[in-house]
Amino acid sequence: MHNPQLNDHGELTHLLSTDGLPREILTQILDIASSFLEVSDRDVKKVPLLRGKSVFNLFFENSTRTRTTFEIAAKRLSADVINLDVGRSSTAKGETLLDTIDNLVAMHADMFVVRHGSSGAPYLIVDHLHRIGRTDVHVVNAGDGRHAHPTQGLLDMYTIRHYKKDFANLTVAIVGDILHSRVARSDIHALTTLGVGEVRAVGPQTLLPTALEKMGVRVCHDLQDGLKGCDVVIMLRLQNERMNGTLLPSAREYFSCYGLTPKTLALAKPDAIVMHPGPMNRGVEIDSEVADGPQAVILPQVTFGIAVRMAVMSILAGN
Amino acid sequence: MRDDLNTSTIHIKNGRLIDPKNGVDAQSDLFIVAGRIAAIGQAPANFTPTRTLDASGCIVCPGLVDLSTRLPGLESELSAAVAGGVTAVACPPDTKPPLDEPGLVERMIRRSDALGLARVYPIGALTQQLAGEKLAEMASLTRAGCIAFSQAKQPIFDTQVLLRAMQYAATYGYAIRLQPQDHYLARDGVAHDGEVASRLGLAGIPVCAETVAIAIACLLAKETGVRLHLARLSSAAGVALVREAKRNGLKVTCDVSIHHLHLSEVDIGYFDSLARFDPPLRSGSDRDALRAAAADGLAAVCSDHTPVDEDGKLLPFAEALVGASGLELLLPLTLKWAEEAKLPLLTALARVTCDPADILGIAAGSLAVGRPADICIFDPNEPWRLTPECLRSQGKNTPFMGYEMTGRVRTTLVEGRVVFEI
Repeated sequence: MHNPQLNDHGELTHLLSTDGLPREILTQILDIASSFLEVSDRDVKKVPLLRGKSVFNLFFENSTRTRTTFEIAAKRLSADVINLDVGRSSTAKGETLLDTIDNLVAMHADMFVVRHGSSGAPYLIVDHLHRIGRTDVHVVNAGDGRHAHPTQGLLDMYTIRHYKKDFANLTVAIVGDILHSRVARSDIHALTTLGVGEVRAVGPQTLLPTALEKMGVRVCHDLQDGLKGCDVVIMLRLQNERMNGTLLPSAREYFSCYGLTPKTLALAKPDAIVMHPGPMNRGVEIDSEVADGPQAVILPQVTFGIAVRMAVMSILAGN
Repeated sequence: MRDDLNTSTIHIKNGRLIDPKNGVDAQSDLFIVAGRIAAIGQAPANFTPTRTLDASGCIVCPGLVDLSTRLPGLESELSAAVAGGVTAVACPPDTKPPLDEPGLVERMIRRSDALGLARVYPIGALTQQLAGEKLAEMASLTRAGCIAFSQAKQPIFDTQVLLRAMQYAATYGYAIRLQPQDHYLARDGVAHDGEVASRLGLAGIPVCAETVAIAIACLLAKETGVRLHLARLSSAAGVALVREAKRNGLKVTCDVSIHHLHLSEVDIGYFDSLARFDPPLRSGSDRDALRAAAADGLAAVCSDHTPVDEDGKLLPFAEALVGASGLELLLPLTLKWAEEAKLPLLTALARVTCDPADILGIAAGSLAVGRPADICIFDPNEPWRLTPECLRSQGKNTPFMGYEMTGRVRTTLVEGRVVFEI
C-alpha cells in the first residue's frame, strides 16, 4: 500500500504518523533537530529556511500549548504563521473540512499544521490535496483523535536519545490511558522502529486497546511489574472525563494503582528518566515530588519539541 | 409494456442453464410464453418466437434475488438492479420516512411496478418510526405488501419490546429480520475492535456486540416460535452461534454481505471511508468463517446495497456514512468468491437466487416450467474494469472502484420482458 507520507522517492512530504516511517527518516529528523537546538539559544533566534512561506495552524480542536510550539517553530524558520481557530469559525457555519482546505489553498498556503478530533482527518486532507493536484502543499499532523501525534512522538525520541544516547537495549514503560492516547501510539511505533529492547504498556484493561501486543509491546497490568528495571518512564495524562465512570472508579483509586511516586519510581533503574507529554495532573498520574524531581525531564521535552518541529517543517519544505 | 405479455414469446438458445433450485446445470434452450417459462430443452407445440436471444458462451440463470437493497432513487437503483442481473429486491424499512405506514408501502410498490424493472418487496418497520418502542401495524402492512418486518439498523433497547414484537409477528406467521448488534456494546464504535482499529485509533465494535445480540434473538425466537432471519453476520463467533441454534432445531436463517466475503479490517488501509461498514469488516479469520457459512449454505449472500453520495464519504473515517453500493457487483463478486473458494457455480449462485427467495418466501429464484420468467443471462468470462461511469446506481461508493471484474450481465428479463441488455 502506498504510504501517503512519502513521495515517489521515499522522501517525507507530509508528517502524519510515526507508523510506517523508516528508521532513516526518524533519525534524520532527530539529527536535524539537534542542529536547530542552538538556534533557540542565539540572540537572533531565526533562520531563513521558510522565508516567504505561509504556515497555517489549523486547529479543529483547541490546544494552546501545541499550537504555540508550532507557531514558535515556524517563526524561528522565518515563515509567516496564520492561526485559525477553526472550531469556532467556518465549520461552525457548516463548512466542511475540505471546503476549508480549498479556501486556504486558494490563499496560497504552503503548509498546514492540523489538529483534529477525528482519527485520520489529516489523511483525508492529504488525499484531497492529491486529488486537486496540489502535492506542493505539506501537512503536519498535530494530533488526530486517538491516532497519532507524531511530533510529540519524535520529541520524546529526541529526549530519550539526548539522555540515553542509544536506543538499543533500552526498556521503556508507557503508563496510563493508552486506549485514548495518540501520544502513546506515536511513541510505540517510533520506539519499535528505532529498535529499543522492550516497550511496556502499563494500565488496567479498560485503558488498553485490543491486540496491543501486535504493535510490538509487552502488556503489563501491574505498575510494579511494568516499572521494574526500566530506563525510561513515559506517564500519560488521564483526561478528567475518564477519571470516574465505566473506565475507572475514581482518580484516587487510579493514583493508588498507577500513580508514579518516589516509591514506585525506585523500581526503575536509578538513572531512569521520567517523561510526560503535559499538561500534567499532579496527584492523579504523577506525584509532585517525581514531577519536580531530579529524574523528570518534562521541561526539556518542551524545549526539544521546538527544535523537532523546526526540523520537521524544514524537511517537508525541502522535499 | 404489460400489453405485450400475452403475445411475446422468447427463445433463449445455446446457453448453459444453471438453476440451483432444481439442481440443473446443463446446456439447454429455454422457451418463454406469456411472461412465464413455458419449456426447457424442447420447444412447446406451435412455438414461434417473437424474439430469439443467442446465449452462446453465456450462463442462463434465475434473476438474482437481493435480501437488502436501499432505494434512495427508485428508477436509478432499479435500473442498477437489472443491470446487475438482479430481478427482485427486498427494501429495508429505514427509508425516509420509515416504512411503518401501509400507504407508504403501497406507494413504493405502485411506483416500482410502474417502472417495470426489478420487483420490489418492502420490509415493514417492526416498530413505529423504527423507534423500538411501539409495534407497527404489521397486519395492515402485510396487506399493503410487506413480506417481513425489521428494525433495519435501528436498535430495540427494551428487550421486552423485542419479545412482544416476536410474539405478535409469530401470531400471524410473519417473519422478523434483525441485524444482530447490541447497541450498548457497539456504542461509539466505527471499526472492528482488533489490531487495525487499535493501530489507527478508531473506536472498536467488539465481536461480543454481535454474539450477545444473536444469543438474545435466538432465545426469544425459540420462546415465541417466530420465523427469525439474522441479517449481515460479521464474525466467526456469530456464525458458530447460528450453527448451534440450527443444530438445536431453531428455524433461523441468516445472510452475509458480499463485501464481508471479500474484505477484512486491513482493507481500511489508511482510513479509507469506503471500507466503513455496519457491521464492520472484521478479521481475516472472521471472513474465512463467513465464507465457510456461505459455502455450506448456512448463510445466503446479499449486496446490502447502500448508495451514499460523495460528500457522505469525504469525511474523516468516524464521521463518514456507512455502506457501499453493491447491486451491480453482487454477481461479479459472487463469481469471484466461487472461483477463489473453488465452488461450483450451482452452489455459489444458489446463495443469490433460490436461497434468498426462500428466506423471503417469494416465488422467485427458479427456472421451473410455469414460473415467472425472471432471468439473468451473463457471460462468466468477460472482464471489465469498475469505473464510476459504468455504475447506474446513484451510489458510486465502493471499495472495489478501479478493480478488474470478471463476469458481465448481457440480458436481464423480468416476467419475460427484456429489461436490460447490452
